[in-house]
Amino acid sequence: MEIKKTPLYDYHIKLNAVMVEFAGFFMPVHYGSILEETKHTRQKISIFDIFHMGEFYIKENPEKSSLDYAITVPVVKMKNGKCKYGFLLNENGTIIDDLIVYRISDDEWMIVVNASNEKIDEETLKKRLSNSAYFENRSNKIMKIDVQGPLSREIIKKIAGEKINNLKYYTFDKFDFMGGRYIISRTGYTGELGYEIYIDAEKSEELWKKLLSFNDVKPAGLGARDILRLEMGYPLYGDELTCETTPLDAGFQKFLDFEKDFAGKKALLNHKQKYLLCGFIVNGRKTIRHNGKVFINEKEIGYVTSGVFSPHLNCAIGMAYVLKEFALENTEIFLGKEKPEISGKIIKPPFLKNTSLKS
Amino acid sequence: MNIKQDYFYTKEHEWANLNGNIARVGITDYAQHKLGDITYVELPAIGKKVKQGEVLNGVESVKAASDVYSPLSGEVVKVNTALENDPGLINRSPYEDGWIAEIKISDENEIKNLMTANDYMKFLGE
Repeated sequence: MEIKKTPLYDYHIKLNAVMVEFAGFFMPVHYGSILEETKHTRQKISIFDIFHMGEFYIKENPEKSSLDYAITVPVVKMKNGKCKYGFLLNENGTIIDDLIVYRISDDEWMIVVNASNEKIDEETLKKRLSNSAYFENRSNKIMKIDVQGPLSREIIKKIAGEKINNLKYYTFDKFDFMGGRYIISRTGYTGELGYEIYIDAEKSEELWKKLLSFNDVKPAGLGARDILRLEMGYPLYGDELTCETTPLDAGFQKFLDFEKDFAGKKALLNHKQKYLLCGFIVNGRKTIRHNGKVFINEKEIGYVTSGVFSPHLNCAIGMAYVLKEFALENTEIFLGKEKPEISGKIIKPPFLKNTSLKS
Repeated sequence: MNIKQDYFYTKEHEWANLNGNIARVGITDYAQHKLGDITYVELPAIGKKVKQGEVLNGVESVKAASDVYSPLSGEVVKVNTALENDPGLINRSPYEDGWIAEIKISDENEIKNLMTANDYMKFLGE
């Protein structure tokens, strides 16, 4: 299969980005230093090319909503202008994908999904939606640029106007700029104050250049994005969330609405939970990565889903599925590739508190 | 890429700087660039005996964990403890402040298995 390029590909090359293949796209992993980009995001403003993620548009009568059953998000109950995090589940309760739903109007929704799952998401949704529902995959036409960092509001204001001040966390609106009307949401994957801009793909370069023209704005790649999300304990599909885990295993009950019916609900109500997703902090700098093991003394009690060095905590951190009975905060653990190598303890994320997220 | 004139090099991108029978060793500018930001250096134990081409120690970057191979055989007599709290020294100064260990070499003849700066430059160019 041919690896796709984002509309900003040439621009990343010009900026000397190191490119990697990710979910079928050439994506910038960094532009010089992952750690510097990570720190810059928590101090100033970083911009991320997130073209690879998918955007679906769905229109249907909310009184006969089939989307409401198709995903866990209460799409009929949620207010217009709101964003909500949730899941597309198999009937057995395991996760096909995690997603964010935007309610655009009474009868229209945008769903943002992971690039790696776009195809199966589209197939599953089309199967579950009624014939009267309108479905469109606009992923190729929409550029998503994330603008993240404590100073990001001032920059977005210069682009989209004063109205941006009204945007609360996990809400969105349409703004008139660059000759069009585009969605900006106050969302992100970094744990800082931040925005996600959805713009016509052909305007990508114009917007990217405009953003970079402001002081304090630098591009950041997937490397920084991964550290930033892990410092907040945000899950990544493929690592923490898989087609073998349920939202309950991941500890995400609060994102489920059991008052309504949804695909996978029955299975979740009967789910016998064995593992719980936990954060862990390592005593020292040695990183334990995906597929590492968790021990108490010599007994294996879990497996690592992600691990990175956190430049803000100055030690290694990560996430792991741990047998439920051991998944208690501050439990002393050992970690290692095969056998216990280094010590650490279980922590309830976020690892970083008091970020600019809700400022 | 920065290359030091009087150092010797391996194909795995380590360097050795000889002073009598003591070789100071580290990784090259090319290697640190490839690895990205170094976040952890597992220093070898003092007294550790290594053979040329064997694993001397491990380094971790934001991207991956890698082994460092000893350019020469001998015994580790000194390690750069500054790397414990500041592994980024390897990124900022791979040939000087970011050195990893000093080895008391046991066989001078092994030097002929290493590349000179010019050889290494050619090797990188290939």
